[in-house]
Amino acid sequence: MLEINNLHCQIEDKPILKGINLKINKGEIHAIMGPNGSGKSTLANVISGHEDYEITKGNIYFKDQEINELSPEERAHAGVFLSFQYPVEIPGVTVTNFIKTAINESRKSKGQEEMPSSEMLKKIREKASLLEIDSNFLSRSLNQGFSGGEKKRNEIFQMAMMEPELAVLDETDSGLDIDALKIVANGVIKCSNENNSVLVITHYQRLLDYIVPDFVHIIMDGKVVKSGDKDLAKKIEDIGYDWLKKDNS
Amino acid sequence: MAYTEDELKKELETKEYEYGFYTDIDSETFPVGLNEDVVKAISKKKNEPKWMTDWRLDAFSSWKSMNEPEWSNLHYKKPNFQDISYYSAPKKKPNLNSLDEVDPELLKTFNKLGISLKEQKKLSGVAMDVVIDSVSVATTFKDTLEEKGIIFCSISDAIQNHPELVRKHLGTVVPKKDNYYAALNSAVFSDGSFCYIPKGVRCPMELSTYFRINQAGTGQFERTLVIADESSYVSYLEGCTAPSRDENQLHAAVVELIALDDAEIKYSTVQNWFPGDKNGKGGVFNFVTKRGICHNRSKISWTQVETGSAVTWKYPSCILKGNNSIGEFYSIAVTNNFQQADTGTKMIHVGKNTKSTIISKGVSAGRSQNSYRGLVQISPLAKNARNFSQCDSLLMGNDCGAHTFPYIEVQNKTAQIEHEATTSKIGEDQIFYCNQRGIDTEKAIALIVNGFSKEVLNKLPMEFAVEAQKLLEISLEGSVG
Repeated sequence: MLEINNLHCQIEDKPILKGINLKINKGEIHAIMGPNGSGKSTLANVISGHEDYEITKGNIYFKDQEINELSPEERAHAGVFLSFQYPVEIPGVTVTNFIKTAINESRKSKGQEEMPSSEMLKKIREKASLLEIDSNFLSRSLNQGFSGGEKKRNEIFQMAMMEPELAVLDETDSGLDIDALKIVANGVIKCSNENNSVLVITHYQRLLDYIVPDFVHIIMDGKVVKSGDKDLAKKIEDIGYDWLKKDNS
Repeated sequence: MAYTEDELKKELETKEYEYGFYTDIDSETFPVGLNEDVVKAISKKKNEPKWMTDWRLDAFSSWKSMNEPEWSNLHYKKPNFQDISYYSAPKKKPNLNSLDEVDPELLKTFNKLGISLKEQKKLSGVAMDVVIDSVSVATTFKDTLEEKGIIFCSISDAIQNHPELVRKHLGTVVPKKDNYYAALNSAVFSDGSFCYIPKGVRCPMELSTYFRINQAGTGQFERTLVIADESSYVSYLEGCTAPSRDENQLHAAVVELIALDDAEIKYSTVQNWFPGDKNGKGGVFNFVTKRGICHNRSKISWTQVETGSAVTWKYPSCILKGNNSIGEFYSIAVTNNFQQADTGTKMIHVGKNTKSTIISKGVSAGRSQNSYRGLVQISPLAKNARNFSQCDSLLMGNDCGAHTFPYIEVQNKTAQIEHEATTSKIGEDQIFYCNQRGIDTEKAIALIVNGFSKEVLNKLPMEFAVEAQKLLEISLEGSVG
């Protein structure tokens, strides 16, 4: 599904990623952990094509196609979804209108007709109930005045609606209380299947109790320094990253 | 009668012109220049009664002593008023046989706006085999209106057929000498619309539909008079989302609204005149005076979507004369490239318990300048007057400007005035967010701008709101590099 080879990337001449290698197969859930400033969010942005991040070396392959040069919307059309750490507000644009536009733009790019509104409505109802979202929420302006939990729930709602093949969740757990965390994690689990993949970026192991990863990778200073299974995340939670620093140097 | 234009001009200059002379001329366009004789000639051409001619002449003599206003935040080369022809019959568009002969750019825009093929043909002057159909539609409208006693016709027809109404009301809201452009308009207005809704009648349709079918070309100096008699209601829509590539550079319209006791007038405008090209060349100068007067318990609501013109100078206003009357102003002004807009409203509170609401949304892109200028005036007698104003500006890029000039004059202590203003910029993070969801940048901007303008778009009649949304999208095309 996703293959990243020796990826180097910089922002305003400052190198951030220094040779990332990562391979995610269909149906797998991967988690990325790492201390602040290690390059986790940069990786999420580079995968989704943010143009402030310049790839200086290496490649990103999505479904066996190199996507280094694709625009963010082209990657989205191909099936890449990013759940933002800090979702932006768009005043006056309702959640419903936004998701409708997003879905129809993707369909348009594939030469498909717009989704009939009855089908859209049905899908919205189904996915909203999955994330315990009520209909008032859907008529509010996108992220405007949303609590931290509502914003993240809205991100996962959009993911559920768009049914991406690769979902990158950038610190989706930050700012969530335990109840909201359960709902959001449950939403992710229900959407994941053998045909799609999930990349979870997090600081804390706690999210991984609910979204159990097949693989865990530790990023430090722009490189993957350690990979393992879910136990690696637990170890990090217990003893921190220091031992890896020594290991690495 | 083989007068050449030069000879005509000479005669006018030497004032050896005789009243009635113009009836002999075949030409439908007057020579350039403006003087008393031209004013008389316009009046004569339209077969107007003497009181109307005198009215025009009075306006003209005032205009001569006035100066073009310079207080606006606009920079343009002042028009040479002696270089303009003040009368021309509605220009005949070339008769084309099929849409294939129409400018493809224009067709592209029509399609984007979702204008029906039939209407496209009509708007671009293609001979239509379905003409009968549109005529019959218009006739049906006319019958319905007549049944209710509603008068809706050109102002020229109204001067002929309803002189008592015109004479009583014309110039009562916007006096002849009100301002430079209003005086000019009063002297030389060529045509426009007249509407009268009798007592207690609720106009059963948006007067837009009818208007759109009938009003192909708009004049340079339009004059509109809408009178809503006691307890009546009318929703009036002016303009068209279809692009108007008018060759007239200067437009100076006057619109007067009169809402008698308990009446309501909703006046919506969509203006999309040629804004000039990407380099700021050409484009229409639009200097408009729009004002309404509210009597007791009446309401006037202005809604405007302004996307066109190179230079816009326009302040639809309400004089809240009657007690408990209400004035509203909802506006979206979009400027792109080198466009300049200085627009807003005046709410003059005179009666007791009068209320006004101002919602103004300005979107600036390219190198354009967009100003809101508004006056809220509470006179000493206006007890318990209330006003709420909200002026929001949205900027795109670093080369455009948004300006807000709110004037508030309060002379009665019981007044409650609220003013809110925001300025924001379309953020790169917003664009990236949309991009990541598969929405390309142009569509993202349209989405954000539509969201920003929603409160005003919602005030438009339904079918027009949809077109106006698309129009916003088109107006901002290419505004991001």
